[in-house]
Amino acid sequence: MFSGLGDKLQATLKKLRGKGKLTEKDISDAMREVRMALLEADVNLKVVRDFVNAVKERAIGADVLESLTPGQQIVKIVHEELMNLLGGSTSRIAIASKPPTVLMLVGLQGAGKTTQAGKLALSLRKSGRHPLLVACDVYRPAAIEQLQVLGRQLDIPVFSISGNQNPVQIAKQGKEEAMRQGRDLVIIDTAGRLHVDEKLMQELKDIKAAVMPHEILLVVDAMTGQDAVNVAESFNSTLGIDGVIVTKLDGDTRGGAALSIKAVTGKPIKFVGMGEKLDTLEVFHPDRMASRILGMGDVLSLIEKAEQAYDKKKAEELEKKMRTQSFTLEDFLDQLQQVRNMGPLDQVLGMIPGFAASKQLKDFQPDEKDLKHIEAIIYSMTLGERRKPEVIDGSRRKRIAAGSGTSVQDVNRLLKQFEQARKMMKGLSEMGKKGKNKFSF
Amino acid sequence: MGFFQKLKAGIEKTRQGFMAQIDALLSGRKIDEEMYEELEDLLIMHDVGVTAATNLLRDLRRLVKDRKILDGEGLRLLLKEIISNSLGEKKPLRLEPGTLNIFLVVGVNGVGKTTTIGKLAQRYKEQGLKVMVAAGDTFRAAASSQLEIWAERAGVYLVSHADGADPAAVVFDAVHSARAKKIDLLLVDTAGRLHNKSNLMQELGKIRRIIDREAEHSLREVLLVVDATTGQNALVQAKEFAQIVPVTGIVLTKLDGTAKGGIVIAINQEQKIPIKIIGVGEKISDLRDFDPQEFAEALFEK
Ligand SMILES: Nc1nc2c(ncn2[C@@H]2O[C@H](COP(=O)(O)OP(=O)(O)OP(=O)(O)O)[C@@H](O)[C@H]2O)c(=O)[nH]1
Ligand SMILES: [Mg+2]
Repeated sequence: MFSGLGDKLQATLKKLRGKGKLTEKDISDAMREVRMALLEADVNLKVVRDFVNAVKERAIGADVLESLTPGQQIVKIVHEELMNLLGGSTSRIAIASKPPTVLMLVGLQGAGKTTQAGKLALSLRKSGRHPLLVACDVYRPAAIEQLQVLGRQLDIPVFSISGNQNPVQIAKQGKEEAMRQGRDLVIIDTAGRLHVDEKLMQELKDIKAAVMPHEILLVVDAMTGQDAVNVAESFNSTLGIDGVIVTKLDGDTRGGAALSIKAVTGKPIKFVGMGEKLDTLEVFHPDRMASRILGMGDVLSLIEKAEQAYDKKKAEELEKKMRTQSFTLEDFLDQLQQVRNMGPLDQVLGMIPGFAASKQLKDFQPDEKDLKHIEAIIYSMTLGERRKPEVIDGSRRKRIAAGSGTSVQDVNRLLKQFEQARKMMKGLSEMGKKGKNKFSF
Repeated sequence: MGFFQKLKAGIEKTRQGFMAQIDALLSGRKIDEEMYEELEDLLIMHDVGVTAATNLLRDLRRLVKDRKILDGEGLRLLLKEIISNSLGEKKPLRLEPGTLNIFLVVGVNGVGKTTTIGKLAQRYKEQGLKVMVAAGDTFRAAASSQLEIWAERAGVYLVSHADGADPAAVVFDAVHSARAKKIDLLLVDTAGRLHNKSNLMQELGKIRRIIDREAEHSLREVLLVVDATTGQNALVQAKEFAQIVPVTGIVLTKLDGTAKGGIVIAINQEQKIPIKIIGVGEKISDLRDFDPQEFAEALFEK
């Protein structure tokens, strides 16, 4: 597995933290690692350069050097600048005062436009809109059928003209059909195309002229590399995009492309796609994305999911425990169990701080069977042991292993994992005490 | 925000000026540290990645000394050679005449698996082989219809089940049908899956086991399709897929865009998986054999 930005920064941080004061050389060393890590996260080389310079400029400022905890200050600056670059706040779709609102999805082949069209329709229907999907991908085999299937699954109408090879006409008639049917939202799916394909880029311009979309959304694969800037820049300069949807973020890519795209176009990232299912379109949160790129664990998302999965009080408790490190093996077990109610395990675990950063924890990808083991081990401990694992010595380990039908190695592994999780949380909460944004640093 | 403006202007400049800069830098000048840095930047801009780029640069420095290369032009030629050599010889797809050959095509979502299968079907049909495609993607909406259209275009046999069916069952049927029909080449399409989804990866493992069980020694190629625009994540993809299925080669698609797919250098360095074919467009004929030399050349183009 990749070591993420967070791992690198934490290593750098450790070096910085040991010192009372930072020299310019310390900062340069740290910045070199920041640069490396950002490049491994696929942030564009040029963006990285300017970013590192901006951070360095701020870091060399006097208040940092005089600060008692300069290391933390630098991480805070990196995170803040990252958030700045990703966009100040969450954006949503602007609904037209005179319906229908017309949205148009564009992007490279295979980015995920058709699926996002379905997701957007579902998500906006939930907020009271009446969408019509318009199938303008006349090129890729069975693309129209794909949208039709999604429409059927969602019970949302799909407009297409069978046999018609002219996407401009389809788009135009689609919009007219929406007006006729009194639908207040039109979502146009277009064929994937290369940003250097002049003919097909012209076609998008023609569609734009024909339907005057309120928003043109560029759909981008989160796994895109350095080329993301070229793609985004071309689509933006040809069409003038209004926002970006970053897809496939349920993968394990760091998603540096998102940063690059925001940096070159200045256009907001509005949504992120988190899965193949149609209810997995999420509003974009710059702070979370920054944390993700930094590999710091998406604590905010976790807490939000926790709130959805059970009651608020429990979520607050969890949050407090994470902060005050009164986090015991019981909580660990409790959390693992509750995590199961929150969604796919790997996805949720990725949001727990420490999981992204710790090598051992990364190998620890529990499936249901592992969870059973963990449960058994923890249940074989006394209450005292669960609350104060430090007391578990060699002979207690043997007892616990025998009691849970596991091996001493299993017990050792669990204790080690727990200790690491606790350490991560401690580090996180110490940083949290400083800023108002508790979990972001 | 001034920062944005600066950045934007900067990137525009970089993109346009970069290659010209490299040319100016490298032609006729004596080798200096700046040249190495520029070459490293070039590699990074093509998604080669920091680690793989560092490895290449290390080899470059060593060979520059050994061969007493003095100027920038020589430096560039040498780097090309190093890259090309690192990728090895051209490696054709393996086919044993007179037997059933099975290619399994895998990869993350949207990289070009189905399209590649259409292109491969056409290629081998034209070579006179009896070809069948199996619609192993029963998950994505209209995925089998998509493959069906490609099968029609190429004029090859198709085995597909209803949407939502068990892909392993499709593959089982396809293997048996291929046997009965004396098919030379069976191309198995699979649903796009992210490598970090363990249930989907296990499903792939199951497909592979079915093939091994029902047609022992027939699985000739397991092709991992990689989109040339992909960044460093492709390295993880290669690693994870190779743990589940014995990946024998990479198909590098969408090389008709501006991305050059430099990440395959890193994949090759780390995983020793050869790149076998490339996709250069959406038409059925847009398939080429991978040529290490051409690939290296392209990194320095424009
Ligand atoms: N420009 C270009 N487009 C390609 C190439 N190969 C595939 N595509 C396009 O990429 C898109 C996705 O291709 P598919 O073949 O459906 O990809 P897939 O991997 O089967 O996708 P899923 O099954 O949905 O995971 C389609 O629009 C293809 O036309 C290529 O070499 N160049
Ligand atoms: Mg497919």
